[in-house]
Amino acid sequence: MSGLSLNRIMAVLVKEFTQLTRDRLTYALILAMPIVQLLLFGYAINGDPRNLPTAVLVQDNGTFARSTLGAIRNSGYFDITEVARTTAELDEALALGRVQFAITIPADFTRRVVRGDRATILVEADAADPSATGNAVAALASLPREALRHDLTGPLAARAGAPPPFEVVVHRRYNPEAVTAYNIVPGLLGVILSMTLVMMTSLGVTREYERGTMESLLATPVRPLEVMIGKLAPYVLVGLIQTVFILGLAKLLFGVPMQGGWGALSLGIILFIMGSLALGFLLSTVARTQLQAMQMSFFYMLPSILLSGFMFPYRGMPDWAQAIGALIPVTHFLRVVRGALLKGLGVSDLWPSLGALLVFVLVVVALAMARYRTTLD
Amino acid sequence: MTLAVDVSGLDKRFGDKHVVQNLSIQVETGRITGFLGPNGSGKTTTLRMLCGLLTPDSGEGEVLGLDFRREAERIKRQTGYMTQKFSLYEDLSIEENLAFVARVYSLPDRRRRVTESLERLGLENRRRQLAGSLSGGWKQRLALAACVMHEPRLLLLDEPTAGVDPKARREFWDEIHALSAEGLTVMVSTHYMDEAERCHDIAYIAYGRMMARGTGDEVIARSGLVTFRAEGPGADRLSRKLADRPGVAMAAPFGSALHVSGTDRAALEAAIAPWRRDPLRWTQVEPTLEDVFIHLMNQSRDNFA
Repeated sequence: MSGLSLNRIMAVLVKEFTQLTRDRLTYALILAMPIVQLLLFGYAINGDPRNLPTAVLVQDNGTFARSTLGAIRNSGYFDITEVARTTAELDEALALGRVQFAITIPADFTRRVVRGDRATILVEADAADPSATGNAVAALASLPREALRHDLTGPLAARAGAPPPFEVVVHRRYNPEAVTAYNIVPGLLGVILSMTLVMMTSLGVTREYERGTMESLLATPVRPLEVMIGKLAPYVLVGLIQTVFILGLAKLLFGVPMQGGWGALSLGIILFIMGSLALGFLLSTVARTQLQAMQMSFFYMLPSILLSGFMFPYRGMPDWAQAIGALIPVTHFLRVVRGALLKGLGVSDLWPSLGALLVFVLVVVALAMARYRTTLD
Repeated sequence: MTLAVDVSGLDKRFGDKHVVQNLSIQVETGRITGFLGPNGSGKTTTLRMLCGLLTPDSGEGEVLGLDFRREAERIKRQTGYMTQKFSLYEDLSIEENLAFVARVYSLPDRRRRVTESLERLGLENRRRQLAGSLSGGWKQRLALAACVMHEPRLLLLDEPTAGVDPKARREFWDEIHALSAEGLTVMVSTHYMDEAERCHDIAYIAYGRMMARGTGDEVIARSGLVTFRAEGPGADRLSRKLADRPGVAMAAPFGSALHVSGTDRAALEAAIAPWRRDPLRWTQVEPTLEDVFIHLMNQSRDNFA
């Protein structure tokens, strides 16, 4: 056994470096990956989301109601984006996900505060994603004591002490026990589907080029769309099997509530599977090697997990990150799955997300078709 | 005489490389034309343009009576193209590969066609074997079977026998001749001289231009090359000394003998005169195709490189 030769190590090392710089995409990803990760983790992700959209229904126009609303706003967690006129309007805003919170100040609020007769305000939270609402709800605890401190003077000064002048009743809708799994497990459906489908199909065309079989294939009369449909169809089945599997386990192991919305869910799943497959196909027309294809799909998975609302509350992210998130199909798919399973929403309620998925499918298929060459030029 | 291929003014550039330059080629129906030329001379590019795999920058003409630029799709259906590298699916069995090809060409009676093809290959017993596990020779024969399955009228073979042993090569060529006898037109690129001699016609291209065309004998005759062969001890060692003499186009050892060629007989004889004595025996011989090709290659390098 002879010793190590520095020369021989250098030979391999120099060769390895040279090859690394030849593969421009790998090079770019080595630089891009940490930058993107830093930006996402550093700026976009926020475990303590504030300024959450809130709808209010104020049935009492007294001073105390206004002061309470002001105190709610000042907590920094609530951004009043909608003023509802009826309970139905308020419910709708919460159900369709336009707002995270719906706050009702009842008609007899001021009267009851004055009388000391168990005044309440009702805060309904969309707790489908418990991490989005947790801190905001916690911030409400100190509200009753603080909100009316400046108003309760003179004869009412006695009301300012204990017990507090009113009570905040919190209803956690859609996920009353704040079980994180209820939110994560349906979300996993989107992440697992895109992981397998995008990655598997992204190798499809690249593999044919790498192995040289593309040359023969192109010399036959087979057309691009025929290749695409033929290559992707088997994975539709793979996707559907995975879906049944994941949803079955979600029910059996985690007891994820399934409120219905099967029509919207099925449509969403079909569109999402098609979109993921078409995206994989598109990547495989861009990548020159299978390694590049894998890197690209991995690069795609990063924002899909971080910016889609899967792991971190979508509303906690700054606007630019939300804008990127809105371009990712997983984001819309998660809304469909959570909306359908946890809230029982139907196609008519979820059409914005379903529409976004449809647009994604159409755009990506068109791009993939334009990229796929029938010649070797 | 009908022409299976009749194209002219063919051009193809890759970036600033002019790979095929104003190339014209006619191929008679039912003949085997050998495509020869040094590496990078544009053989593969030309074959690929003919079968629609590459778009020519310019050029026009007909392949199988169809406009080769506008009717590429229809030409594809009647053309078989065998790539340089084995390009069937290695992870599919022999039978599955053939069935795939049969489906892609929408052949009627698929099972019968696949079985016939297997029988013709003599691979019925190994039909379930993965294509990737075949030896080089068998891979070539399978690839050939796959690209003639749809009964094309034109067969384009790109260095089909590279890396295949002599026996398998001979069998492969017997198959090509059998197909040609049935009326199939064949264009085959090769670097092997013995294969060039098996072709009915030869087209020699270098640096994207046609340098010589005709039967083997015609190409030799038209080269105007005079060749002397020296035999005897140390004959092969003389090539270096002779190569630079005026009048010598080239001098190449052939085993222990030496071939010295030039286009000017008088100058050539003057050049070899100092060595025209014992123990060397000199005879004038017919130049071989290889002599002619190497001469053409040297010439084209002087002209274009």
